[in-house]
Amino acid sequence: MLKLESVYLHLKNGHEDFPILEDINLELENNKFYALTGPNGGGKTSLAKVIMGIYKNDKGRLIFDGEDITNLSITERAKVGISYAFQNPPRFKGMKIKDLLKISADESSLRAMLRAVGLCPQDYLDRECDASLSGGEMKRIELATVLARPSKLVIYDEPEAGVDLWSFENLLQLIRNYHKKGNVTSVVITHHERVLSLADEIILLADGKIAERGSKEKILPLIQKDSRCCWQANCGGNDNEIECY
Amino acid sequence: MKLNAIENELLKNIADLHKIPSGAVNIRKNGEGIIRHSSANIEVRPKTDKPGIDVIIAPGTKNEAVHIPVLITMSGVVDVVYNTIIIGEGADVTVVAGCGIHNPGSKKSQHDGIHEIIVKKGAKMRYLEKHYGEGEGTGERVLNPQTLVIMEQDSMAEMELVQIKGVDSTVRDTKAKLAEGASLIITERLLTHQNQEAVSDMTIELNGQGSNAKVVSRSVAKDNSKQVFRPIVIARASSKGHVECDSIIMNQGKISSTPAITAEHPDAQLTHEAAIGRIAEEQLLKLMTLGLSEEEAEDVILRGFLQ
Ligand SMILES: Nc1ncnc2c1ncn2[C@@H]1O[C@H](COP(=O)(O)OP(=O)(O)OP(=O)(O)O)[C@@H](O)[C@H]1O
Ligand SMILES: [Mg+2]
Repeated sequence: MLKLESVYLHLKNGHEDFPILEDINLELENNKFYALTGPNGGGKTSLAKVIMGIYKNDKGRLIFDGEDITNLSITERAKVGISYAFQNPPRFKGMKIKDLLKISADESSLRAMLRAVGLCPQDYLDRECDASLSGGEMKRIELATVLARPSKLVIYDEPEAGVDLWSFENLLQLIRNYHKKGNVTSVVITHHERVLSLADEIILLADGKIAERGSKEKILPLIQKDSRCCWQANCGGNDNEIECY
Repeated sequence: MKLNAIENELLKNIADLHKIPSGAVNIRKNGEGIIRHSSANIEVRPKTDKPGIDVIIAPGTKNEAVHIPVLITMSGVVDVVYNTIIIGEGADVTVVAGCGIHNPGSKKSQHDGIHEIIVKKGAKMRYLEKHYGEGEGTGERVLNPQTLVIMEQDSMAEMELVQIKGVDSTVRDTKAKLAEGASLIITERLLTHQNQEAVSDMTIELNGQGSNAKVVSRSVAKDNSKQVFRPIVIARASSKGHVECDSIIMNQGKISSTPAITAEHPDAQLTHEAAIGRIAEEQLLKLMTLGLSEEEAEDVILRGFLQ
């Protein structure tokens, strides 16, 4: 349903140009549930943003349901059925939660949407989507904005981050229910083993490249074996610097 | 007295009125009072020495509203009006003012509303003033409100001053003097576009012990429009004050915001903040991922911001 062919991404930070994604070739199948994982800074969010059209890839093509979407805008990609739940959802000063939700949901389903993400409608509908919301509340609202829309492909960027332990299973259930409603391909970006275990397939992204793909049985041992390398970033420093802490 | 379609449209925009309200009301059109009623507790009477009205709200009046909108529907009118509003002790009421100009011609139409409001001991007032302009003519639409609010001991006031559309030039001057225990919240919302200009001066004096005031101003300057904000809070007693100006700038708009605080008492607690910037890019991107175009996203963000 989605195919990335030799996709590259560079981003500028001041005058410097950083390679973020290199030669990404990836094919996602219809109705499958994917987990995308990898070390911090490996490029997961960037890849999601390239698929959503937020970042423009500087080489390569994206094919969605047989159509070349490389040159489509964010809005156009949203309209063909691609959705993305932000890792760090922006806040909107002055805007009521109900007005944000109304963009994707119709008036009659607003209350149900909030209840689905575990927020009491009477407490939240009229609240402002501003800095007064807690991190976990904002993540839930972000999820609601996405689940209220019809999509063919949904990318969730660390949906569980900041969500409390009591709600963790409900959150996963919600994502799975949306997936099972039919004709949805789901990609969950995650660092969580429990989420990895739900996936049909795990994609491992490191250093801007697809490092591995496969089942949980194949991928998890690789991560465990590798973990020390990731923590001690390859910056040529002295190991003793770390041992001091 | 019946109002025509234009007048009804103006009333809807400035006072959310879909018909003439049943309680106390004064509607002024093109420099003349055209509809006036008092209610049992709210007396509305014309001034004898100059244009304008006195609104006298009896002590203890609860949950009543008075509407005093002003309409201008002709080109070339300059209307100056003096209104005095007295909220009796212990009353709890809503005052809906506001002015709408429909300028059909090429001459300037202007309304200068000079208001003096006295909120007596222990009284509570909610005050709404919306300004709105429209009309097919090229004539300027000008609104210059001057408001002085005297707040007696333990009184409370919440004032919402809004200018959303169609006013070419405005110079607002708002002053408030707070006695012991008085509490004031002013929210100002302003949107200017094309070549419009808006200046807002505010001086809040915290004269009594335990008084407090909060001023929140949010504005958007589009196209070539210009805005100037100069809110000042002066504390002369143990009191609290906060001023906040938050603006979004677009196109070639210009905004200058200089909130100021002056403490003349050692137990004064005053804070201010001001921010001017574009619409945050992340906000636009997020709304576009929900299928809105960039223009639609901008619109939704501005509407929320000015809500
Ligand atoms: N605008 C930018 N300019 C320069 N570098 C950037 C920019 N945005 C992201 N990066 C860098 O790109 C790399 C990939 O970032 P990305 O956010 O995609 O990582 P991630 O895999 O999602 O990490 P995490 O697990 O921490 O969320 C990081 O090294 C990051 O610092
Ligand atoms: Mg990320």
